[in-house]
Formats: sequence, C-alpha cells, structure tokens
Amino acid sequence: MLKYIFRRIIWMPVLLLFVSLIVFILGIYGPGDPIEVQLGNNYDEANAERIREKMGLNDPVLVQWIRYIGNAVKGDFGESYVFKNRDVSELLIPKLIVSAKLNLISFFIAISIGIPLGFYAAINYGSSKDPFVVILSLFFYAMPVFFTAPLLILVFALQLDLVPAAGWGGVFDKRIILPALTVGIPGAAVFVRLIRSSMIEVLDSDYVKLARAKGVGEIKVLWKHAFRNAMLPVVTIMGFSLAGLFGGSLIVEILYGIPGVGRISLDSVYSRDYPVIMAIVLLGSSALVIANLIIDFVYTLVDPRIEMQ
Amino acid sequence: MIDKEVRNISSTRLFIQNFSRKKLGVACLIIVSTIYLIGIFAPILAPYDYSETNLLKTQAGPDFENLLGTDRLGRDILSRVIWGIQTTVIVTITGLLTGSLILGLFLGLLAGFYKGIFDFIVMRIGELVSSFPDILLIILLAATLRPRITNLFYQIEDNLNISGLISSGIIDYLVIGIALLPLSWFGTMRLIRAQVFSIRDIEYVQSARTSGASTFRIITKHILPNVISPLIVTATFGLGAVALSEVILSFFGLGVQPPRPSLGAMLSDVSGRGGASVSVLTNHPEQLLSPIIVIWIMIFCWNIIGDALTDILNPKKN
Repeated sequence: MLKYIFRRIIWMPVLLLFVSLIVFILGIYGPGDPIEVQLGNNYDEANAERIREKMGLNDPVLVQWIRYIGNAVKGDFGESYVFKNRDVSELLIPKLIVSAKLNLISFFIAISIGIPLGFYAAINYGSSKDPFVVILSLFFYAMPVFFTAPLLILVFALQLDLVPAAGWGGVFDKRIILPALTVGIPGAAVFVRLIRSSMIEVLDSDYVKLARAKGVGEIKVLWKHAFRNAMLPVVTIMGFSLAGLFGGSLIVEILYGIPGVGRISLDSVYSRDYPVIMAIVLLGSSALVIANLIIDFVYTLVDPRIEMQ
Repeated sequence: MIDKEVRNISSTRLFIQNFSRKKLGVACLIIVSTIYLIGIFAPILAPYDYSETNLLKTQAGPDFENLLGTDRLGRDILSRVIWGIQTTVIVTITGLLTGSLILGLFLGLLAGFYKGIFDFIVMRIGELVSSFPDILLIILLAATLRPRITNLFYQIEDNLNISGLISSGIIDYLVIGIALLPLSWFGTMRLIRAQVFSIRDIEYVQSARTSGASTFRIITKHILPNVISPLIVTATFGLGAVALSEVILSFFGLGVQPPRPSLGAMLSDVSGRGGASVSVLTNHPEQLLSPIIVIWIMIFCWNIIGDALTDILNPKKN
C-alpha cells in the first residue's frame, strides 16, 4: 500500500515533465515566431536576433526546456509573448479564479439536480418514470451549448429581462446564473445517469435484499444501505469535475464573454503565446494527475475491499 | 428440442434479437443510419453546391427554392447542412478506424497478450496523453499541425506535379484526424487489454497454445471474438465525442476551413460571439437551428444506442 502510493507520487512529476516537454516541442516546431509577434511592425532582423539571444531562444531545445523547468519549479512561468512585460502567473491567476468560481457554481447546480433525479429514476426502475427521466436527461445532455447559451439569453435576458445577457461580476452577481446553468445542466445529466446505474446495481445486491428481508424500513434501506454505497463511483466523477475546476469551459466562456481560463487559452493558441499555453497545460495536467491520485486514495479508504497494486 | 434450438442460434443472431427488442435503440439506429446515408450521398442529395452563393438572396427565410433558407452569403442552408454531415461522416469514420480500431484494438491486443515491457510502455504513454486537458490538447495540436501539414502537401503537389489534393480538403481531415487521435485510442486500448488479461489464461486459450497454435491464430481466433462486443460499445460512445470535437474545432476555425462546409463552421458563421447568435436565433432561427438539430439528434442517438448495447452486452446483467 505504502509502496504503491510512493510509486505513484514518484511517477507524478515524471509525467508532468513529459507533458511539459511535449508542449515545449510543439511550441518550438509550431508555426509563428514569438519575436515577430512581439515586435510587430518594428520587426527588423538585427533587433530580432538580439532579443532571441537575450531570451535564450537560440540555445538547443533541451537546454531551453531544462531552464524552463528550473524556473517553473520556483513558480516562475516566464513572460507572456503578447502582453508585454507581464508575468504569466500574474496574468493567469485572476483568470483561474474566475473559471474556478463559475465551475464551482455549475458543479453545485449539476449535483443538486443530478443526484436527486438519478435517485428518483433508480427507485422507479421498471416503471415508466425511469426511462422518462433517462431520456429527458439525455435530451439535455446532448443539447449543444451553441444552442443552450443563446436560448437562455433570449428567454431570461431579453424576453423576461431577469438577468443581464453577458459579462462577469463574480459569484454574487446575477450574470453568473446563465453561464452556470449552461455548464451545469449537461453536467446534471451525467450525474443522473451515474447515480441511476449505480443505485440500480446496489438495490439489486444481496445486502439490500437481506436488509429488506429482515424488515428494515424502505426509507432506511434506501438511505442507509443503498444510497451511501451507490455514491462510491460518483465520487470518482466528482473528483474529475473538481480537477477540471481551473480549466475553463471554453465555449461557454466565449459565448458569454467571461474572462476565464478558457478565453485566454484560446486567445493564446491563436496568438501563439506559448509561455501562457504551457502554464495552462501544466496546471491542468497537474490538477488531473493529483485528482487521480486522491480519488484512488479516497476509494481505498472508503472501500476496504479495493486493494492497491 | 429446446436445447437444440438454443444451440442453433448464433451469438450474432441472439445479439440482433436482443437489440431489436430495444425499440428506442432501434429507432435511433435508423435515424443515425439515415443521417449517415444523407452524408454519404451528399453530392446527389444536396440541391445546390455548398459554396454556391446567391448575393441577391441573402438571409432569406425558407421557401420552395431553398427549403431551409439561405445564409448571409446567399448559400443554401439545406445543402450546407447535407455537405456538413458528410464532413461529420468522414471525420467519425476515420476517427473510428484510426483511433479505436487500429490503435486501440491493435495495441490493446498486443499489450494484453504480451504483457511485460511492451504493456508498460503503452500504458505509460496512454497515461501521459490522458493527463493533458483534452480539449486544449486537441486545439493546440490542430493549431500547430496545420501549417506543417499544409506545407507538406504543397511540396507533394509541386514535386509530383499534381493538383487538387489541397482543394479536396484532405488537409482539414488529416489535421482533425491527428488532433483527435489522443482522445480516442487509450480508452479502447485499456478496455481491450483488460479483456485480454481476463481470457488469456482461461483453459481453452491455454489448450490452444499447448496444441501448438501460433500466436497470430490464438489472437485472431480465440481472443479477438471475445473483445468485439466491448469494442462496439466504446466505439459507439466514442463516435459522439469525435463528432462533437470536430464541431468544436471547426467552430474555433481550427478544423474544416471555409468554404468547405461543416456543422461547426456553420455555427461559427452565425455565432462568432455570444450576442450575435442571439439575434440570429430571433431573426433567422433556421440558420442556427439547422446545424444544431442535426448535432443534437446525433449525440442523443449515439448515447441511446450505446446504452442499449451496454445493456445487451454487459455480461453482469445477462
């Protein structure tokens, strides 16, 4: 057990090193010249060469990469190519907070709709209510955000005039409602399906049958015996949802004009601002890898039958 | 008597019988097949060419000439949807072939069968790829690869003195195909590998091995048939993800390039920024809704089919 955790923790930085190397190589062999972007109309060969030398862009790729990693470990992700003299971390942190707030609210919407509905579908398994809930949730799950966003804006912002159409003002601002719903509704559908199948499986298990056979009340069976066990696989998905907390919901942020990570990651891909892309990818990957580790760990704590190997 | 009947039903027929009992699944399969047929026969079915503009009739509503109206360049929306479906068909089928079948199945079979160092390396590469934030990796790959691939094709055309390769849109498909590759293969591979692990030491495989069957024969005759059903299920769910990723890539201008049509490119035409798509939704709903509804139906149906298949093929429930 300890050995397993130790191995995983050792493997983690190795994984992240490779992730950074891949992005680095993409950046070097990708199109576009950061110096050209930076100098714009003032571009001339001698000047560009001088900056390249100063920034160390003429060194071998591996040397550049090692230097980058050395700085990144200290929390220095370099300077943005596009936004002059801005540190990448200084640029990213506000965007990360915006995306995290939006995702957190969406996550709560998703679980507070998804878990009760999934539960409802499962206890009605076999009746016509169950397929109705399943199909309804799939209907919303498959609904493209390209439609959800303008529809919600049209109905709630323009027709009913309840909330402003777009923009950002933080968690306690009315403008968060529509984007959070746009992310949260398909998310809820995922939880409906997950809870439902997990509950159905648990309700069919021997220990639930035994509990019923010995006369435990239905409510107690559902809550104490079934629901808590059915939540186990749901924990995994919750973990990954939370790992994605700092990753922006790309399309939603763009459709609603929210200044989050999604927006800046797309902008930096367009403008080939590789230091920014690099930092976003590294942060995203770290979150995923750490979440993975924690989920595995929580799993073994919750369910002693699972052995790590 | 009963015993004989049971034995006579082949597993394929049993499968079809079980599936035909899932009414919604069958309905969705018919719908998806119809959409695919429309895409395949786009050259025959589309009333106009996808790039044919009529500047005297822009943003027109539906009428008998243009059943779904025209867009802001006066192009027939119905035709563009039909050609856009063709793009989806091409992208999903190449995605299925390369990602799920070739890489996923092949590597999964080998890793499961040989274990050891090969398995170790494939698994670590898979972990590496899946630790990227996926949509960002796809966008990054597409943006980085396109100029390289375009250059390569210009060189090929120059050297071989041929033309038409680039205008056929092959670059778009190649860029999308490669960018989506990391998305699809690892899930399939891991599933196949696990399946192979669970059957490689069962008696019948061992007896085949002791009676001198070659590795190739063991894999193709004894192991492959057992991994087909999980492969079908993951592939079905995967198709929806691949189609949606193409839509997203093209929406951001990184996938299919104009004037070639794609459902995603049509969406980006009308909703570059949030506000614009709202006014389109009120003034010219057909421009936004036509591609949306096709995407919506496809994603919905693939999930229903996938669920039906899981129900049938999940050995736990049988």
